[in-house]
Amino acid sequence: MSKYTEDDLREELKTKEYEYGFYTDIESETFPNGLNEDIVRAISKKKEEPEWMTEWRLEAFRVWQDMEEPEWANVRYEKPDFQGISYYSAPNSKPKYDSLDEVDPELLATFEKLGISLDEQKKLAGVAMDVVVDSVSVATTFKKTLAEQGIIFMSISEAIQEHPELVKKYIGTVVPQKDNFYAALNSAVFSDGSFCYIPKGVKCPMELSTYFRINQAGTGQFERTLVIADEGSYVSYLEGCTAPSRDENQLHAAVVELIALDDAEIKYSTVQNWFPGNAEGKGGVFNFVTKRGLCEKNAKISWTQVETGSAVTWKYPSCVLKGDHSVGEFYSIAVTNNYQQADTGTKMIHLGKNTKSTIISKGISAGKSQNSYRGLVQISSRAENARNFSQCDSLLMGNECGAHTFPYIEAKNKSAKIEHEATTSKIGEDQIFYCNQRGIDTEKAIALIVNGFSKEVLNKLPMEFAVEAQKLLEISLEGSVG
Amino acid sequence: MDLKDKLVSSFLAFENKVDVDSYVHDVRTDAIKVFEEKGFPSKKEEAWKYTSLNKILKEDYSVFPKQENALEYKDVKKYFIHDIDTYKIIFIDGKYSSHLSETTHDGIDVCLMSAALTKPKYRLIIENYFNKAATKESLASLNTAFSSEGAYIHIPKNKIADKPIQILHFSTGNESATLLQPRNLIVAEENSHVQIIERHQNLTDNPVLTNSVTEIFAKKRAIVDYYKIQNDTAKASLIDNTFIKQQRESVASVHTFAFGGKLTRNNLNFYQEGERIDSILKGVTILGDKEHVDHNTLVHHIEPNCESHQDYKGVFGDNATGVFNGKIIVEKEAQKTNAFQSNNNILISDKASINTKPQLEIFADDVKCSHGCTIGQLDESALFYMQSRGIPKKEAKALLMYAFCNNVLSSVKIPEVKYRINKIIANKLGVDIGFNL
Repeated sequence: MSKYTEDDLREELKTKEYEYGFYTDIESETFPNGLNEDIVRAISKKKEEPEWMTEWRLEAFRVWQDMEEPEWANVRYEKPDFQGISYYSAPNSKPKYDSLDEVDPELLATFEKLGISLDEQKKLAGVAMDVVVDSVSVATTFKKTLAEQGIIFMSISEAIQEHPELVKKYIGTVVPQKDNFYAALNSAVFSDGSFCYIPKGVKCPMELSTYFRINQAGTGQFERTLVIADEGSYVSYLEGCTAPSRDENQLHAAVVELIALDDAEIKYSTVQNWFPGNAEGKGGVFNFVTKRGLCEKNAKISWTQVETGSAVTWKYPSCVLKGDHSVGEFYSIAVTNNYQQADTGTKMIHLGKNTKSTIISKGISAGKSQNSYRGLVQISSRAENARNFSQCDSLLMGNECGAHTFPYIEAKNKSAKIEHEATTSKIGEDQIFYCNQRGIDTEKAIALIVNGFSKEVLNKLPMEFAVEAQKLLEISLEGSVG
Repeated sequence: MDLKDKLVSSFLAFENKVDVDSYVHDVRTDAIKVFEEKGFPSKKEEAWKYTSLNKILKEDYSVFPKQENALEYKDVKKYFIHDIDTYKIIFIDGKYSSHLSETTHDGIDVCLMSAALTKPKYRLIIENYFNKAATKESLASLNTAFSSEGAYIHIPKNKIADKPIQILHFSTGNESATLLQPRNLIVAEENSHVQIIERHQNLTDNPVLTNSVTEIFAKKRAIVDYYKIQNDTAKASLIDNTFIKQQRESVASVHTFAFGGKLTRNNLNFYQEGERIDSILKGVTILGDKEHVDHNTLVHHIEPNCESHQDYKGVFGDNATGVFNGKIIVEKEAQKTNAFQSNNNILISDKASINTKPQLEIFADDVKCSHGCTIGQLDESALFYMQSRGIPKKEAKALLMYAFCNNVLSSVKIPEVKYRINKIIANKLGVDIGFNL
């Protein structure tokens, strides 16, 4: 048998097609393409939103009109035509179901293909799922169990109806409407998303989870997630994405806001596997996401992400460490292959005293892809004894890809302690040789090394998610991850 | 009339005044066009995100110094490295001062840019090297457009410059505000070796803005050692643009000692155009008051098997601000590159701030690249230990800070330069310690 080399692996990666590229034929109700005030009003009306919400959307839309698409990111792509997108699409099979049996069987089949069948999840994993197919949540499980503890976990459109006081108080407080181009767009047209409120002192007994998929042809996905952890509470929230194959580029511009009040802790994990485009770099999803969390006193927010998909990723989950003694964490694996481009990282804004942040970022680039880490650590002049540790490691496979690091570090306080280190390397021949010599073939050896390289981050994922994450890594780097 | 318009309109007058052959004339005319188009960099540009030139550009600078001013050696002796024999190229308000200088044409050329630009025997060199390393960045272009004076150093094949070369720029403040644009060209041919010390000094309280460009060419196996001492008055600003092109197996090192000045910007660019090249960039920055220093470095690895080492240390007190913006680019062909970059900072005052941005852009897979940066404080327990042994707090602090910078100082190859730097550091830290242990 001939030796399995890195070249073979690259060849295999090139030819490996997107396994989840199927398209479920569900009748959808879709708005005409284009965006104007009427469309914004129509979306709001469709969702039977109160007046203040409509006004809030319109305000965002007006701001958005005057904004320009950002160009500073280290990514090249053809700008989406914002008038060529339909801003609302909902599966037709409404209203909601009490049991899974009533759900459109085709939809259930879709989930089964993804390996996340609701039944299984419900019975075995104990995970409550707010399943989002094309923007409207179809089934919310375990709602009753959660309700007993006072936990509110529902789609954001329901929350706007049922808990307007909470939504009104917190929406846009962490990511204001005019924060950036895509956040403004999202604020104007968001179709649905998840809302979660954990009351004081409650430790959420299960991992909350949503799955996003872009399904209908030519529809943009504008999710809005709002997670509020009240004083002393704890929640672990999972978010996963897979999207079917499409030739034209699809736009995904989500906004996630996390609010951790005093002594609360939020753990937010993401597995992102939107369609990355085929081997020639055609198609694929544009992922322009704004994620930010606000920490009050003693609070902690931890972002974990596994980014394997999307043609273009532009994403910086951030923490505003406002309260004293608050903690922010960011763990990330970004894998790019073929013509994928990723510009991802985090911002840690230290405002309070004795705040701490940790950044661990692992980038793996293969094929002709470009992988960038872009991070900001900012210590304000009042943030006494702030502490930051950042580590960015890149692994390059092949000489046609690129790895870039753009860390920004701004310190205005003398008691700050900041460390940043970054390394770039390839899989060493000696490492492979060592494995070979112990009877591990080259393919397995590469798998072992890549796995070890990403272990620090994979370890941070909740158990239920780790399996899924590994599955997604396999698609991107088939044969590399065991 | 703002400074940009003033410069553009005075360009014509300038071109008429200097009589040069057509080659340089074309280069200058192109350069002024680039400057006219781009103007002065603003904070909107990524490379100038943390440094604003606005305040400095408000001064009414005189572009051409009107009268010559003489200085007595004894008055300025302290700015020289005077305890060793050196070649000296001295400028006063941008004009060459023959009586303070010591140049040579014996084996090596240590002379003036104005001579090189005008005399026919240097024509080939000028055509081959002048403005061949400098980029079309707006400030470098501005300098190119007005380039007429500076140091010209040429070390022929297999020659070793027998003593270090000092380049000093004094400004006497004759005019209310002066803009100086020195232009240096250094060509070190195959197997040659040269050591250069550069310093800018303002002698009065009138504002000075220096926009300097230095082009260095290190040919095969050449060794170039360059020391920049920046310890100027609170009214002096310096924009230093240095471009170094290296050929195979050459070693070029630049040490930048930034101890003050209103605003200092160091654009230091290395281009590696051959195999097995070593580039060394080191810096010590110790600032107080409202001083601002911005180190902007670029190492461009183009060919395989090369190395680069960057080590910048900074201590910031009072209202000082520091910026480090380091970039390493490794091209696809540059396999087996070994690039290292480190930036360590200490903040010793509540109002001081530091912005650092070490960047890596890597397109080759078989490379070893790492960068690290830290911001921290002096070790309390070490301070306490020293105090418990009878060393006063101030001295103990100074010793720790000196130790912090020592990595950079230890690679200074001219002992007298090291002594001088030590003295300046002691002075800057307000202690009377020799540090020459």
